[in-house]
Amino acid sequence: MTVRTTSPAGAPAGPGDPALDPDDPAFDPGAAAAAATDAILRDTLHGDARGVVVDSPPGAGKSTLVVRAALELAAAGRPLMVVAQTNAQVDDLVVRLNEKNPELPVGRLHSSDPDAYDKALDDLANVRTSTKAGDLAPLPVVISTAAKWAHVKADDVGGPWRHAIVDEAYQMRSDALLAVAGLFERALFVGDPGQLDPFAIVGSEQWAGLSYDPSASAVATLLAHNPRLPQHRLPVSWRLPASAAPLVSDAFYPYTRFRSGTGEGDRSLEFRVASDGGGVDRVVDEAAVSGWGLLELPAAHTPRTDPEAVRAVAQVVRRLLDREGVTRSERGAVDGSPLTADRICVGTAHRDQAAAVRAALTGLEVTGVTVDTANRLQGREFDVTVVLHPLSGRPDATAFHLETGRLCVLTSRHRHACVVVCRAGVTELLDEHPSADPVQLGVTVKFPDGWEANHSVLERLGRHRVPWTP
Amino acid sequence: MSLINHLARLEATASGRARPVATVRHRHLSQRPLVLVPLTTAGEAGAPLGALVGTERTAPRLLVVEQPRDRDLRFGFLTRLAESVLPYVDGYAADVEAAERAETDPETGKRVKVEVELCADAPQIIVPSRAGIEFVRLLGRSMRFRRTAEQDPEAPHPAPPHVPLLGRWLTHFGERARVPGSSLLLAMTDLLTRHWATGQSTLEDQHLGALLAWIEAPEGTSGAAAALRAESARDAAGQLLCPPAGPATDPAFDNRLLAPAIERYDRARKRLAAAEDPVEADGRLAELTAAEREIHALVESRTRPTWDAVWRGLDALCTLPEGAHVADRWTRDRWSFTAHRDRVAAGEPPQPRRDDAVTAANKLATREREQARLDAQEALDDPLVMAGRRLAGEAFEGEVTEVVMAYNDKKRPRPLVTVRTDDVPRLAERAKVYRSLDGKPQTAEFVAYEDDGGSAVVLRVLDKMGRGKEPDEGSVPRKGDRVCWTTFEHEQRGGPKLPEPEETPWTHGGPPATGAEAPDALTTEDLL
Repeated sequence: MTVRTTSPAGAPAGPGDPALDPDDPAFDPGAAAAAATDAILRDTLHGDARGVVVDSPPGAGKSTLVVRAALELAAAGRPLMVVAQTNAQVDDLVVRLNEKNPELPVGRLHSSDPDAYDKALDDLANVRTSTKAGDLAPLPVVISTAAKWAHVKADDVGGPWRHAIVDEAYQMRSDALLAVAGLFERALFVGDPGQLDPFAIVGSEQWAGLSYDPSASAVATLLAHNPRLPQHRLPVSWRLPASAAPLVSDAFYPYTRFRSGTGEGDRSLEFRVASDGGGVDRVVDEAAVSGWGLLELPAAHTPRTDPEAVRAVAQVVRRLLDREGVTRSERGAVDGSPLTADRICVGTAHRDQAAAVRAALTGLEVTGVTVDTANRLQGREFDVTVVLHPLSGRPDATAFHLETGRLCVLTSRHRHACVVVCRAGVTELLDEHPSADPVQLGVTVKFPDGWEANHSVLERLGRHRVPWTP
Repeated sequence: MSLINHLARLEATASGRARPVATVRHRHLSQRPLVLVPLTTAGEAGAPLGALVGTERTAPRLLVVEQPRDRDLRFGFLTRLAESVLPYVDGYAADVEAAERAETDPETGKRVKVEVELCADAPQIIVPSRAGIEFVRLLGRSMRFRRTAEQDPEAPHPAPPHVPLLGRWLTHFGERARVPGSSLLLAMTDLLTRHWATGQSTLEDQHLGALLAWIEAPEGTSGAAAALRAESARDAAGQLLCPPAGPATDPAFDNRLLAPAIERYDRARKRLAAAEDPVEADGRLAELTAAEREIHALVESRTRPTWDAVWRGLDALCTLPEGAHVADRWTRDRWSFTAHRDRVAAGEPPQPRRDDAVTAANKLATREREQARLDAQEALDDPLVMAGRRLAGEAFEGEVTEVVMAYNDKKRPRPLVTVRTDDVPRLAERAKVYRSLDGKPQTAEFVAYEDDGGSAVVLRVLDKMGRGKEPDEGSVPRKGDRVCWTTFEHEQRGGPKLPEPEETPWTHGGPPATGAEAPDALTTEDLL
């Protein structure tokens, strides 16, 4: 991948500057992030390319960048449309824009379904909501989902916008971009290449290898047709703690490495209630100290909703709450904040697993903990996550369960610690199922593949293993 | 695979006989399908060896390429295949009914109804297995860019008339087969596995003989043993008792029977060509004919069992009544057939080698919509399929225990209905659920769970209650009614309209090149 590293004029840092090299001990997270953002904004506001692509690792301030770019474009008097993928993302962006600049008129285009948008937007004075793009087109910023934009015709809004920002562009399908690309002349594409790829519910092998394969990601198609577009990346994850960034970076971003914005010791997780010495408490303690914990159950082939593993996940959550955790971080109170249920999440691969975990948590009288699949946890952030490993108890390793993005999402949601619950034997399972997908001509091979990434993660997690027989 | 299919497979494994996974037939079957059993030659992609084709169970037409590498013989085979397939296809082109279609008026830009023709019925081709569908596609691709002597008098090796046309039709059938729920081109193994579960792997289910052995096993016998025999039993000469359904043949057959026969045929041809006088030629012609007959007999011996198996499969499927929505989907197939008939009649060029960006995106959107439609319709048509959805938490059935009239701000009826159910539906806050009311979906929203010993779900009915202050008679479930609600929608909304291909945006490479594609270039491999 070509990463253009143009040096901002007069800025202290330039290419080759150790402060900007994630592999250099002199790396300065703040300076590196600022330099990257400056370069992105310069290309967006003053560059002549039709598109700018920004790769952002988990928690690298993607939303902050989108909001800042939108505000600067608006301040420069350039009308702007913003494309996000879900209604929740759109509402979130509207709220953030309004927080940063309450005076800026923002249009929220929505569908005619009831509950199409968050009713909290109605209370914001300068936010207008409408189902008709024509009503909102004169506003400096109009935001909606790709699905809603697809129904807008450029002629109905007085011609295409001069600028667009496409958020979560790696999760947008190429055909969705095709439907909206006529609405703007140039665009900033922002997204995380390591998260889950978009998918189709029917086979699309027939178009594999075509530059405009409709089931590929929007960025893949964009870059296949416009390979000279400037590409940037954000080098610092502000979410992941110092303990997590190396593992996630090595396993999922081996060629575009990033660092954590905080250092060792900047964050801590401690418990007021002492350990009972059981396996669950030991893995919780391990995760509190090292940032990672692997609770390993005895090997077995199980149904997807493995009752023992589900119970183990629920017990880990129960103990996290019972032991009255306290988190300290660079942005919280000095004497720490309590680890409450809303700061914990459970991630699974399948919806039925999530449902089973919810039922088990209800059984243990735990409420308020987010339990969801990797797809739905994309873009979210918690203090502690508990993950049911996608390959736990499986007799086979399918492409779905091996998908790099799935494990990446599950292991990169936390600010403090992540506990993975897994049956033993996944390493052997991986060895028995090397990737055997047919090679398609013309398809860019993604590195690392899921097999490699899974091995890498397991190898690192193995150092924090707590074997436990329920 | 759904939990209920896993259960059916386990039951089949335990009992040794196939278990039904459907109570109705979910695919349209023509009164007069065209069955095609093709064989291919090992070592060269798309080199046909022969085929059985026809619409009469007792009288298939045998087509053979005696020397599969001889391009003239291959063209001869394709000509005869066109003679069998094209009249069958054309037979459905003339019988039309009037129908309406919404089109954009080129002058006003508005959507208007126009009266168009819709073929009253459509042809249906049935091949033994999924590999057969691939082979149909391959044949279509190899033929549709050929030029006949009439189209291009300069062409050094013109294709016989009708061969490019057959290529276009086979391409259309092959492409339509990718649309979920379509029935223009079907594989018998797909049809059977949709309706029965066996105790063998899905890979083994691709073997038509083994699959039928599970399904046809009489009570008290083991289908598993019969399937094993169908898959692997060989005679004293080392040949499979039940030849594979093709198009690939068994290597033992290729090596021990076919190769020597083709060699004898090649020798006989050479000897005939070298004959010096008419008497000698007569004798050598007889030799050649004998060699030909031998190959014909070999090809027939390997296709006939499959031919019979396909028809037995049709027998088994015809024991099931047709699902209620099958006719609706077949109408879409008829539209597809009519549209291609019109394209051919209008003299349009053959389907391009690759879809452009807009066509590809449109096809993907259509197929995703058809998949969702198929999933919903199969569940609505078949309680056994619905049971699978209920087990997955995507539907629930139960008895209405309470109905409370309620109204919204605008005084419209929004009755609260409590349904007691043993199912465990996964319902998010204010999730929409749907039930079929006289074939039309009625919407309700989830209000709350209510625990009264069993599990009960409270719903608020939202529509289909008429215009009055009180709901129309029969539009709201009554206490004691059994109802089935689904979390998936019953009908599919159309997607957004994509730009025309000539307006393809810069992100997707701009507009594609226009003009008809050049015919395939001749390579040395075309002239062995």
